[in-house]
Amino acid sequence: MDFTLKIWRQKNAQTKGSFKTYPLKDVSPEMSFLEMLDYLNKQIIEQGDEPVTFEHDCREGICGSCGLYINGRPHGPMRNTTTCELHMREFKDGETIVIEPWRSRAFPVIKDLVVDRSSFERIMHAGGFISANTGTAPESNSNPISKLIADKAFDAAACIGCGACVAACQNSSAMLYAAAKIAQYAMIPQGKVEAKERVDKMVKQMDAEGFGFCSNTYGCEFDCPKGISVDFIALMNREFFSSKVCKQKQA
Amino acid sequence: MALAGIFLMLFLIFHLATNLLMLARDDGEAFSEAVKFLTENPVVKIMEYFLFAGFLIHIILGLLLKLQNYMARPVKYHKSLQTETSTFSRFMFHTGVIILIFLIIHLINFFFVRLGWVPIPGEAGEVANKHDFYSMAQIWFKNPWYSAIYLVSFVFLGFHLKHAFQSAFQSLGLNHTKYTPVIKVIGTIYAIAISVGFAIIPVYFYFFH
Repeated sequence: MDFTLKIWRQKNAQTKGSFKTYPLKDVSPEMSFLEMLDYLNKQIIEQGDEPVTFEHDCREGICGSCGLYINGRPHGPMRNTTTCELHMREFKDGETIVIEPWRSRAFPVIKDLVVDRSSFERIMHAGGFISANTGTAPESNSNPISKLIADKAFDAAACIGCGACVAACQNSSAMLYAAAKIAQYAMIPQGKVEAKERVDKMVKQMDAEGFGFCSNTYGCEFDCPKGISVDFIALMNREFFSSKVCKQKQA
Repeated sequence: MALAGIFLMLFLIFHLATNLLMLARDDGEAFSEAVKFLTENPVVKIMEYFLFAGFLIHIILGLLLKLQNYMARPVKYHKSLQTETSTFSRFMFHTGVIILIFLIIHLINFFFVRLGWVPIPGEAGEVANKHDFYSMAQIWFKNPWYSAIYLVSFVFLGFHLKHAFQSAFQSLGLNHTKYTPVIKVIGTIYAIAISVGFAIIPVYFYFFH
């Protein structure tokens, strides 16, 4: 397969970037999207140029490192698929593929296609944890929990923090990410203890990072590689209101 | 945003219910009775201030939201978003601006006349006094341009409401696997009922009166 790749090149955070076009021949349809970029980089390096920088780690769809905006869709044209699990057979032979980094004020470009997603980390630092002493695992049956709730919490926990929700949102909002991280704790007994403070702190941090506001277009759900539901955003809103209404003054 | 929106959606129901009295074949007697009651009742007078506040809050928050969201993506995508979203949801700001322009025209046509800010339309004697909304409606909607402006605005109002109804529930966290699909259906019915309901009035005056 032959492709024309239009890729965003940017030297560093300070410089202005631009698109560069690369023709690429003899791409195997079995290659993953990242393998295709490796193949391109090999050729660029052989020509003595700077290879295209992109983020990747596990290449099996669970680490959340990879994330490219491909032809107007975060993670490309396939639903429930990360960039690393996307294969070249999903594209048409001879197609022009436009590859851009995530675009958001809270995700500044570091280089080429790599963005700084530490804003997500800071949201987690604000409250994305439970305060429990480490040690041996507690007896699991001492916390009764329904299968339905356990499964739902696990659905939320499937978030890999890739940032596709922000990239797919016309408002560049991080609501789905924050909601997933809040919901994974809010529904289960261990997380309920600090639920109110957690939602308060995490939402505050999310706003401070400069993400946009949610207008319920649900583009995030459509392009989330883990299929996380916007139902969690409603849950977060519910938690947020109840935290505001029921918040108690510290003793 | 959602709370102000819900308040405005409730107002639209009352407004439509009053307007539909114009269709009674009594030369606007029932409608004028309703207008008289609404302009004189002290509770309604107080609610009028809440209504203005509701509109202002909704409009100002909408503008702030748009501004914030615009700034949240300083570098735009080269290839525009292909993510599948509902058209109604994507153009809430645009439909909102159209409705705001319509609202201003609508206030000039009727409400400002009542306040005395705008002279009474039509020739002398055509409109009995500045509370005679029935005759004013007759004058405005005999004019094809005004009827057209109103009708087009109601279409966009319908688009706005189609997304607004279910979106308000989502924003308030009122979401349920069983009831959310029902809310979405009710929202669609509400949007169609409101826009068609309001559209009946100019059509009625233009063609049948």
